[in-house]
Amino acid sequence: MPSVTLDSVVAVHPRVSIRPEPFGALLYHFSTRQLSFLKDRMLLEVVRACDGTRTLGEALGTTGVPAAQTARYLRAVETLVASRMLESASAGTAPRRTAPDSATISTEAVA
Amino acid sequence: MTLVAPTPTATTTTAAPPTPHRTSSTLLGHFERGLDAPICLTWELTYACNLSCSHCLSSSGRRDPRELTTEECKGIIDELQRMQVFYVNIGGGEPTVRSDFWELVDYATAHQVGVKFSTNGVKITPEVAQRLAASDYVDVQISLDGATAEVNDAVRGPGSYDLAMRAMQNLADAGFRGFKISVVCTRENIPQLDDFKAIADRFQAQLRLTRLRPSGRGADVWDDLHPLPHQQRELYDWLVANGEGVLTGDSFFHLSAFGEALPGLNLCGAGRVVCLIDPIGDVYACPFAIHDEFLAGSIREPGGFEGVWRHSELFQKLREPTGGGACGSCAFYDSCRGGCMAAKFFTGLPLDGPDPECVRGFGEQLLAERATDALPKPTADHSHRTSPPRPRGSAGPVPLTLSIRRPDAQPAHACAESPLAGFTPTAVTACACGGH
Amino acid sequence: MTPSPAPQNTVVEAPSGELIDEESLVEEVSIDGMCGVY
Repeated sequence: MPSVTLDSVVAVHPRVSIRPEPFGALLYHFSTRQLSFLKDRMLLEVVRACDGTRTLGEALGTTGVPAAQTARYLRAVETLVASRMLESASAGTAPRRTAPDSATISTEAVA
Repeated sequence: MTLVAPTPTATTTTAAPPTPHRTSSTLLGHFERGLDAPICLTWELTYACNLSCSHCLSSSGRRDPRELTTEECKGIIDELQRMQVFYVNIGGGEPTVRSDFWELVDYATAHQVGVKFSTNGVKITPEVAQRLAASDYVDVQISLDGATAEVNDAVRGPGSYDLAMRAMQNLADAGFRGFKISVVCTRENIPQLDDFKAIADRFQAQLRLTRLRPSGRGADVWDDLHPLPHQQRELYDWLVANGEGVLTGDSFFHLSAFGEALPGLNLCGAGRVVCLIDPIGDVYACPFAIHDEFLAGSIREPGGFEGVWRHSELFQKLREPTGGGACGSCAFYDSCRGGCMAAKFFTGLPLDGPDPECVRGFGEQLLAERATDALPKPTADHSHRTSPPRPRGSAGPVPLTLSIRRPDAQPAHACAESPLAGFTPTAVTACACGGH
Repeated sequence: MTPSPAPQNTVVEAPSGELIDEESLVEEVSIDGMCGVY
């Protein structure tokens, strides 16, 4: 796993659904079936700021993460990259689609 | 009620368990209070089934005439999408016998609702397996309760093992890796855990072991089929040693007192993070609790599914903090949380006391003391019409009233509407009483 | 019967639902990890 730094550019994977909760958020990855819980709202805002156009450092700054908490949020982002909720992106990534598009099963006659 | 420690049962020694993930109390607190939408849920699409498994938790067999229409089902999926329910576990009965089954699966996955469906394999032909293998968002779960036909078919009926095996072969041949094989652990199949793992490995499938609950027809066979205390320990030890990659549906949080908790939330999710939608649109706390006591409402009410989830009295009650009740003073309450609500209910135990399979033996004591003549029964029974089930809680004979039809009487036609059908007045001569 | 060992988090947990220092901000659970689903 490549390590994540403040210079990394990451984006939410297009197959991830983000569901805000009072305590933070639930993230579900439709391809991996992985479920992740974000345990605070600030982390949710950091994740939302990860749109593939800015570095992590910029995302933490925009969100207002205190300097003393930087390492903690960086570790959280690393965890999300490891589970593929977030993925490395080059700047200018296309906007993400959230609808899973599946090959339909019923289109052909089924015995 | 005072719990007195019973004589300890024999336990196997075990090597130090690995240190698995344990959900923080922060998160547990949020889940116990309930979320604004389920994370996932079980949806029984039909009570119809081609089999009659002896332990069926939904007492399935015959279709209910009030079954949800295709449009009603799509309406539910629309709601689930809006609420961001991520995943739905479709079952039944046998869900694939609905003629709109594939249409509904496609509709769900096209609307951001992941699907896993449970099946006995009856419709998993090679062609169907090919299409499933090509879909990214549909998971398949084949039910199997014995690693041999002998053990399996004793519960699921003759030919059911072969049916499941054929379906699994078709899935494997189509390149579908990672389908689930779901086993209900019983007294008869716990000796076969290694064999189940071998079957899963052979098909490149994922093994899932779940708990037998005394629900539906399960109540009739629970006394004979539920694991013995030493088998619970065997199962726990096996999961700790071999359970990497084995799913459990968080069924075994009642075994946490044996040592480290197994992976999963380790709490009862009923009405808090999960629930059941049944074939006629009734919403229950969980699929193991199909009984009026755990009926929260119906999707056919004006508020729909969301209204029931958020505002039903039952779910609000389940989301209130409870003390441990009689279990509160037990040192292991924190890990086992008093066990399974449905298991307690259907064995006639109080909900604020120990699980019938409490690993410390407190449940066994209560089972021995309870009255077994009035155990809760679900109001509806969709079983195929066969011989009456054995009475629960005892091995005694089934009481029958035998009557002898008068030899000269014509039996009334079953559809006759007249209340006098079958009544043949005899000519009155002298009345024996002499009064008139 | 041995009692359950201490929880894996580094600090004693508060029951109120507040985050404790050092506790990870992310937790992962399998979609199969919820009891009440079949």
